[in-house]
Amino acid sequence: MLLIRCPWCGPRDESEFHCGGEAHIVRPLSPDDLSDEQWADYLFMRSNPKGAHRERWYHEAGCRRWFNIERDTLTHEILRIYRIGEAAEDKKRAKAKGKGA
Amino acid sequence: MRYSILSLLGNALRSHRRWPAAWRNPQPKEAYDVVIVGGGGHGLATAYYLAAEHGIKRVAVLEKGWIGGGNTGRNTTIIRSNYLQDQSAHLYEHSLRLYENLSSTLNFNIMLSQRGVLNLAHNEHDLRELSRRVHAIRLNGIDSQILTPDQIKAMVPIINTSPDVRYPVLGASLQRRGGVARHDAVAWGFARAADALGVDIIQNCEVTGIRRGDEGVEGVETTRGYIQANKVGVVVAGHASVLAQMAGFRLPVESHALQALVSEPIKPIHDTVVMSNAVHVYVSQSDKGELVIGAGIDGYNSYAQRGSFRVIEEQMGALLELFPIFSRLKMLRHWAGIVDICPDASPIISKTPVRHLYFNCGWGTGGFKATPGSGHVFAHTIARDEPHPLNAAFNLDRFTGGALVDEHGAAAVAH
Ligand SMILES: Cc1cc2nc3c(=O)[nH]c(=O)nc-3n(C[C@H](O)[C@H](O)[C@H](O)COP(=O)(O)OP(=O)(O)OC[C@H]3O[C@@H](n4cnc5c(N)ncnc54)[C@H](O)[C@@H]3O)c2cc1C
Ligand SMILES: [Zn+2]
Repeated sequence: MLLIRCPWCGPRDESEFHCGGEAHIVRPLSPDDLSDEQWADYLFMRSNPKGAHRERWYHEAGCRRWFNIERDTLTHEILRIYRIGEAAEDKKRAKAKGKGA
Repeated sequence: MRYSILSLLGNALRSHRRWPAAWRNPQPKEAYDVVIVGGGGHGLATAYYLAAEHGIKRVAVLEKGWIGGGNTGRNTTIIRSNYLQDQSAHLYEHSLRLYENLSSTLNFNIMLSQRGVLNLAHNEHDLRELSRRVHAIRLNGIDSQILTPDQIKAMVPIINTSPDVRYPVLGASLQRRGGVARHDAVAWGFARAADALGVDIIQNCEVTGIRRGDEGVEGVETTRGYIQANKVGVVVAGHASVLAQMAGFRLPVESHALQALVSEPIKPIHDTVVMSNAVHVYVSQSDKGELVIGAGIDGYNSYAQRGSFRVIEEQMGALLELFPIFSRLKMLRHWAGIVDICPDASPIISKTPVRHLYFNCGWGTGGFKATPGSGHVFAHTIARDEPHPLNAAFNLDRFTGGALVDEHGAAAVAH
């Protein structure tokens, strides 16, 4: 059972939310130019990692707003919660990694 | 050793202390003609049919844990073939037919019990959809019929058919040849029969890399060293994306936890299988007397083999709506498996972008019923390097070409 901290409402039970799947899949800018392979990749192919996964969540029984969660799919640990429009990469953590920390 | 009434009697006299091991425990060899990754029912069946029907004897099955420890040993064992689309109907019916003779084919009692499977309708729309399905299924030569509430009540006296409930039972489809089988026995039976034909079943051997060269696949890295292979078949259910990543491509698959639970054992009270897509539950009773209860997947991606309590709570609510008599039963055990969900709720049994590398995955919540058929057509695909007519539609290219095999109606609830 997940305890999710909605960026607007605070910590709430998982049952108030709906998971909208992998985040940061960008809708093609010029759909007419896409090949079948590119369409298939956009529509159907998923990274489905075992480990850190960025996904969209919807606070359905609350403020009804969307936001992003980075969550470990093996431990279910919530690693980061960030708003739509915020960068996918966590700058602080990316830096720490760069330093070999 | 052949199992028979005589072998049973003989061993009974020796207090069952001298039964020989059912399969060997070999060291991995340096090279094989075909390496199968994943020792679930589908992988073991593939290895068996490779040896039995295609004469390929240098075959290994590599399993990271113990055979049958994945979804094969975690499922609720419902078997049926009443699928809507022609391609699916033929594939699942092929499997059901193999199941009907499997105990004698493998000389291993898989305890197939064709006790019938009912799918309930709870509103007008459900009823129409159900009759459309039943007719489509019958056109494919598969047994299927519609029951009225009275007929349902006669077959399942403990079900609540009162009109005063939120989701009244208005009708059902019935496949009489559907039922259940012992899941472990399916894995063990295929393992034993494959082993007898020379297949090496290697447990505690995790594949950690797939080596590929200009000519295609060359072998696999494992926790027990590198193993060379002319061909590699990957059948790892919820881990399909992880293996695809090792080979350098992505799949249209996402991994989710699917939970199930059993009650304390009670006297025989429920001798068929009842499923309801609308209230989201299904239930049968095992030979030990436990009710075996399943429902839908947890909503988020997971590799954890555990899910959220809220799914269990909803499932129990649905169970009691249909069977108020179960309200004081205690639940005994609960678990989850990681299932590989495909966008069209149909499997992928296919060649891949890498030559001589084949994938069998995407069975999601409903692949136990397909175990022998899946192994049979996958073995053909690997041996001949081209699909069997029954799995031609289930290739990876359908996601590019658009010829999806939409089975959401049949597979909306786990089964
Ligand atoms: C709770 C639940 C209920 C279900 N109920 C039903 C039902 O009633 N009817 C039905 O038809 N289906 C049902 N299913 C679905 C069914 O269980 C599966 O579709 C089917 O068993 C898949 O078989 P498999 O052999 O492909 O996978 P598995 O049995 O999961 O085998 C895959 C194997 O691959 C191994 N593996 C993974 N990664 C590696 C690696 N890197 N190296 C080596 N080995 C690896 C795993 O350890 C595992 O043993 C249910 C599933 C669940 C979880
Ligand atoms: Zn909120």
